[in-house]
Amino acid sequence: MPAIAQTVKQVVARYGGDATRLMDVLIDVQDELGCLSHVTAARIADVLGIPQVDVEQTTSFYHFFAREPRGKFAVYLNDSVVAEFCGRAEVAQAFEEAAGCKFGEVSADGVVGLFHTACIGMSDQEPAALVNGQVFPKLTPEKARELVAGMRAGRTVEELKGDQYGDGQNAHPEVRALVHNHVRRRGVMVFDHYRPGEALAKVVKMSSGEVIAAVKAASVRGRGGAGFPTGMKWDFARRAAGDVKYVFCNADEGEPGTFKDRVILTERPQMVIEGMAIAAFAVGARRGVLYVRHEYLYLRAYLEHVLADLRAQGLLGTAIGGLAGFDFDVSLQFGGGAYVCGEESALIESAEGKRGEPRDRPPFPVEKGYLQKPTVVNNVETLCSAVQVLLKGPEWYNRLGTEKSKGTKVLCVSGDCDRPGIYEVEWGFSVNDILKEAGARDVQAVQVGGPSGACIGPDEFNRVLAYEDLATGGSFIVVGKHRDLLKDVVLNFARFFREESCGSCVPCRALTGMAQVVLERIVAGKGTAEDVERLRAWQKIMRNNRCGLGQTALNPIVTTIQNFRPLYAARLAPGDPRFVPSFDLAAAIRDYDAAVGKG
Amino acid sequence: MSAKAPKKIVATTSLAGCFGCHMSLLDIDERILDLIELVEFNKSPFDDIKTFTKECDIGLIEGGCCNDENVHVLTEFRKRCKVLVAVGECALMGGLPALRNVLPLKECLEEAYLNGPTVADGNPDKIIPHDPDLPKILNRVYPCHEVVKIDYFLPGCPPSADLIWDALVALVTGQELDPSYRSFKFD
Repeated sequence: MPAIAQTVKQVVARYGGDATRLMDVLIDVQDELGCLSHVTAARIADVLGIPQVDVEQTTSFYHFFAREPRGKFAVYLNDSVVAEFCGRAEVAQAFEEAAGCKFGEVSADGVVGLFHTACIGMSDQEPAALVNGQVFPKLTPEKARELVAGMRAGRTVEELKGDQYGDGQNAHPEVRALVHNHVRRRGVMVFDHYRPGEALAKVVKMSSGEVIAAVKAASVRGRGGAGFPTGMKWDFARRAAGDVKYVFCNADEGEPGTFKDRVILTERPQMVIEGMAIAAFAVGARRGVLYVRHEYLYLRAYLEHVLADLRAQGLLGTAIGGLAGFDFDVSLQFGGGAYVCGEESALIESAEGKRGEPRDRPPFPVEKGYLQKPTVVNNVETLCSAVQVLLKGPEWYNRLGTEKSKGTKVLCVSGDCDRPGIYEVEWGFSVNDILKEAGARDVQAVQVGGPSGACIGPDEFNRVLAYEDLATGGSFIVVGKHRDLLKDVVLNFARFFREESCGSCVPCRALTGMAQVVLERIVAGKGTAEDVERLRAWQKIMRNNRCGLGQTALNPIVTTIQNFRPLYAARLAPGDPRFVPSFDLAAAIRDYDAAVGKG
Repeated sequence: MSAKAPKKIVATTSLAGCFGCHMSLLDIDERILDLIELVEFNKSPFDDIKTFTKECDIGLIEGGCCNDENVHVLTEFRKRCKVLVAVGECALMGGLPALRNVLPLKECLEEAYLNGPTVADGNPDKIIPHDPDLPKILNRVYPCHEVVKIDYFLPGCPPSADLIWDALVALVTGQELDPSYRSFKFD
């Protein structure tokens, strides 16, 4: 007990006793104590001076926060579609056999805990797991057994990792990750030559209006997927009342199959932060928050190091670029494991130490965002684009891409292809172009934009990636002909959405669960034509949800019904449609017979 | 509503329900006189006809399925009625009886017949009833649409008399039901 009190006291002091830093407090306390028990929660509440229920509800919302100890080594094995493609099932089995416990449990000796987790941003190097926050990509059953043996032999995570670090900055002394970047195609926006501070040097000679005008002239649009015009967003925030404003960078990429933010934050963190400083200059903000998903905690020390470097170079802090009055600094905020926090208002709630539930809008974050102050939230890649626009000019930018989609897009290609990885391409490439470049053959389907996007078949592979045709946040999952699309892909996504629904809106909370049940029924050959129609009809109800997650949560199902209808038709149960084929009376009375001793 | 038009034939039943939905139908007050001009009841507690004597146009189902007899009755209704309407929360979602769905059946039976405080010494032989004449309890309570295809759903606990009346009239006359907001607003 004194250990709890002592740790809580120290950690809370680290964050100035500020209750809005609850996420940081929970992450650090869990790191030191192994879990966040009710006793610990009560202590945190006490020291922060907030109700215990506030601590409890934040703790319970994020799946990396644990109530019970999760073992000396907590293994979170990704269960995304691509991980399954790459042999996750065998790896999971090897972990279970070696650890002597099932997933969701801790081994009897308390050494190994095994847990499932959604996509951890390693789709180009699956199956991958997080072990005490460190990434172990490209796992095999042998590696899983070796890892568990190493854990039992008393080795540390660092020792388990070895020293075969990945390429580029993955080998940086502050990163030392086994992760690979796999940058297959370097584009001109993010992965071209870059020198920190060049753009800012130009910006400080401009007015904020001129900066926004340049971004508007370039028609930069949000790269998170929705494509909102960035200049307009900045302008709203600049015009919003009040002198305290914030700039957020959204690096909470949770869309399965997306991993560009991970690579950009590894290779170009300075560029992202420079983009934040430019946004701050434009809207008049003095503080920024780089919100990074929990899965990328292994980048924490490195990113802190980068921030310190930038401060030392005068690119953050006071009088940036020598301009008196241009003061701006950035702090890191890590999430706790929740897909919905990629939605900007949920992300803000989370950064305030609360459950990551999307807010009702209006007001939009540009009017009332973080701590109710005007806040710009931009995607990692959007900020990189802004840097280049300011450096090279809107005319240069406008020469790239299509009529309505200017610039480039960083694609995360994964699944059934020879060269999964990062491809920075101009908007306007077709799906076929990408498939060819990535070495994909015998393709059944491509999931463009992740599960919340669309699943398309070969007759649509000539469509182009652009806001006016196939918009995408970057995820591009290739599904080969040999896969069972409904079972291996769509059902996995349905489970993902059910798990990740924050539960705030009834249609999302209820229908993600019901859709999973109905889909399981169809996959099991017990579905009816009516079931298929029902799934389609629910899409309309889902439009009433508050956030993009809820509105798109049935997309994997609905777009495959639309584009792959024969796959559904082939699985429907034969027989009289008046009687539900999944109902099994004999099975339903089995428990009764057993209970009365007649089983 | 010409009295000369052939009457539609209606059957009703209460499965795992409380008869509240049937009572709600009777709450149509004097419109009950219009109703008997409009329809003829077949198998139903209203006229105490126990078994179907003819094919029916409309079946009204109250309650979900908590035992195998409910399933047999519901299946029979599906076979004999052209249109099936689930009436009320229990038929739609399982309702109050479905509260047991979170518990294993064995625990429910043991609580009810062996260990519950009201059992006291009333069951000295510690028997969970299982006479062949008794229906068998299902592992959970099923809403009707998980057993047979249901054509229409009337929500409410119970649905108001007006809603049931409007729905019946719409079905009988073949007109589209345009329920008032009030008739399915519950708070």
